[in-house]
Amino acid sequence: MIKVQNITKRFGDFPALHGIDLEIQDGEFVALLGPSGSGKTTLLRIIAGLEFQDTGEVFFNGNDVSRLKVADRQVGFVFQQYALFRHMTVAENVAFGLTVKKRRERPSKAAIRERADELLRLVQLDGLGKRYPGQLSGGQRQRVALARALAIEPKLLLLDEPFGALDAKVRKDLRRWLRDLHKQMGLTSIFVTHDQEEALELADRVVVMDHGKIEQVGTPEEIYMNPQTPFVSHFVGETNRVAGEGGEVHFRPHDVDVVEEGGELVLVDNVFRKGGAWRVEGMLVETDLLVEFDVDAALPQPAAGDRLRIVPRRSRLFNPA
Amino acid sequence: MSTQYPSPKARARSWRKPSVLPGFALTFGTTIGWLTLIVLIPIATIFLKAAGLGWQQFLEVGFSSRALAAYRLSFGTAAAAGLVNAVFGLLVAWVLVRYAFPGKQIVSALVDLPFALPTAVAGIALTALYSPNGWIGQVLEPLGIKVAFTPLGITIALVFIGLPFVVRSVEPVLADLGRDVEEAAATLGANRSQTFSRVIFPAIAPALLTGFAMAFARGVGEYGSVIFISGNMPGRTEIAPLLIVTQLEQYAYAGATAIAVVMMLVSFGILLAINALQAAGRRRMGA
Repeated sequence: MIKVQNITKRFGDFPALHGIDLEIQDGEFVALLGPSGSGKTTLLRIIAGLEFQDTGEVFFNGNDVSRLKVADRQVGFVFQQYALFRHMTVAENVAFGLTVKKRRERPSKAAIRERADELLRLVQLDGLGKRYPGQLSGGQRQRVALARALAIEPKLLLLDEPFGALDAKVRKDLRRWLRDLHKQMGLTSIFVTHDQEEALELADRVVVMDHGKIEQVGTPEEIYMNPQTPFVSHFVGETNRVAGEGGEVHFRPHDVDVVEEGGELVLVDNVFRKGGAWRVEGMLVETDLLVEFDVDAALPQPAAGDRLRIVPRRSRLFNPA
Repeated sequence: MSTQYPSPKARARSWRKPSVLPGFALTFGTTIGWLTLIVLIPIATIFLKAAGLGWQQFLEVGFSSRALAAYRLSFGTAAAAGLVNAVFGLLVAWVLVRYAFPGKQIVSALVDLPFALPTAVAGIALTALYSPNGWIGQVLEPLGIKVAFTPLGITIALVFIGLPFVVRSVEPVLADLGRDVEEAAATLGANRSQTFSRVIFPAIAPALLTGFAMAFARGVGEYGSVIFISGNMPGRTEIAPLLIVTQLEQYAYAGATAIAVVMMLVSFGILLAINALQAAGRRRMGA
């Protein structure tokens, strides 16, 4: 179990984290989700020991590791830009963590080679061990980085924007594959992302952060359906924000009904297909606020200039802070 | 449609691959022309002059015992100075890249000073410092260490001259080497010395080698700063460039060029070997 208690961190005048408390159970797959500058990467690096907190403690299984150096924490860390050793072959990269062990604990050369091969098979790169990182694609490099991190048999795997530099298709494949790997190896994993779709798809639990604070912790379903703060509602998923009685009303584009009478009048500005629906972009006639909503694609496609009446099926009211 | 495309055969006959980067002919031609004018013609002149000697005489002058001693001294001290610079230049580059400290800009500018300083000024200053009654010389003298007028003195002058080469070639590579690579090594359990020897050093080694090669080449050809501190005793502290000047002063132009030719060939061979080593390293990394 990972426990983070009252962590604060400043970089000069910039408060990166204030008062973070978080518990992560064994075997969980947790996403730290937030915009850039929210402190998510700093929190991950503090858990890893790559950064040290100003106050607070980090516990692994009840042991305070706050003062332990990164090399002694035995965590697997995967960097956004892979951080592979370019002058080493893929196999040498993967074996690195084993070859730097103290002589007494170091496996034999043959055993190390075998382990590296095994890991390369695991990340589906068997046969590429003799290549250099410069000869691999982005997705392959990231898998090498993962194999290298797994070589030291970490219980905790930390990933900093692991798919950030990859194109959409590779991203999707890798995500699914990482999810399987996490289960198969019984890891506890924490990954940082600014991509809410990635967080919702992969994680058991999502930690939404903003401005160095945790805004909400919950399952993807809870985060999406019951956002507790305006920030979460706005940041996770698509949200329309309109002024209502007693505060700000938030509703999702897919939670909108088009009605014959009543409701709010919308002047349609632009319509395009989004999956199985027409996505309508328009303006509330009364308030000039922009809104987006979906109309069943079985209905005729609305056109720019049309006037539609809409009623949100589900909405959330946030009081002004 | 009547658009005329050039026949593909005409393309296929060309030995170079089709490229979207234009101007190969122009840039390559200019390069060759420029190199010829600036480097090749002067060097060819040296060879031509030396050829005037005839084989027998060329060997006599170019490989006299005095000349051989001078080569040994020049290449030996240049190599030693290059090695010293490789170590301390790396350290300077490291400090300049890794740490922020007040006066960093001044330190950085200081590094380049040996480039700008007239070498004779450097030579005189070093001699004044290291001669037996100089500030440093008088401290070293009782310890039995003689610097001025010894090969050690020559090496010190060449270290001074060559420092910027190593610092400036290593600096950008070191700056480019991401922190994350070191952090990755640390997360995998490597200690600092393992991280340096297995991750950082191999990454900067090619640049370090370049810096060494340039410092070495500069040291081999250096004249101004060395002649003051070396004492110029034939066979002991007489460097090859000085020997050439000595020959010139005696109007033995062909003899001077003979020594120059030998120096040039040896230098060229060494630099070529270093370049080949680096090319092999680059190929290995698949970049």
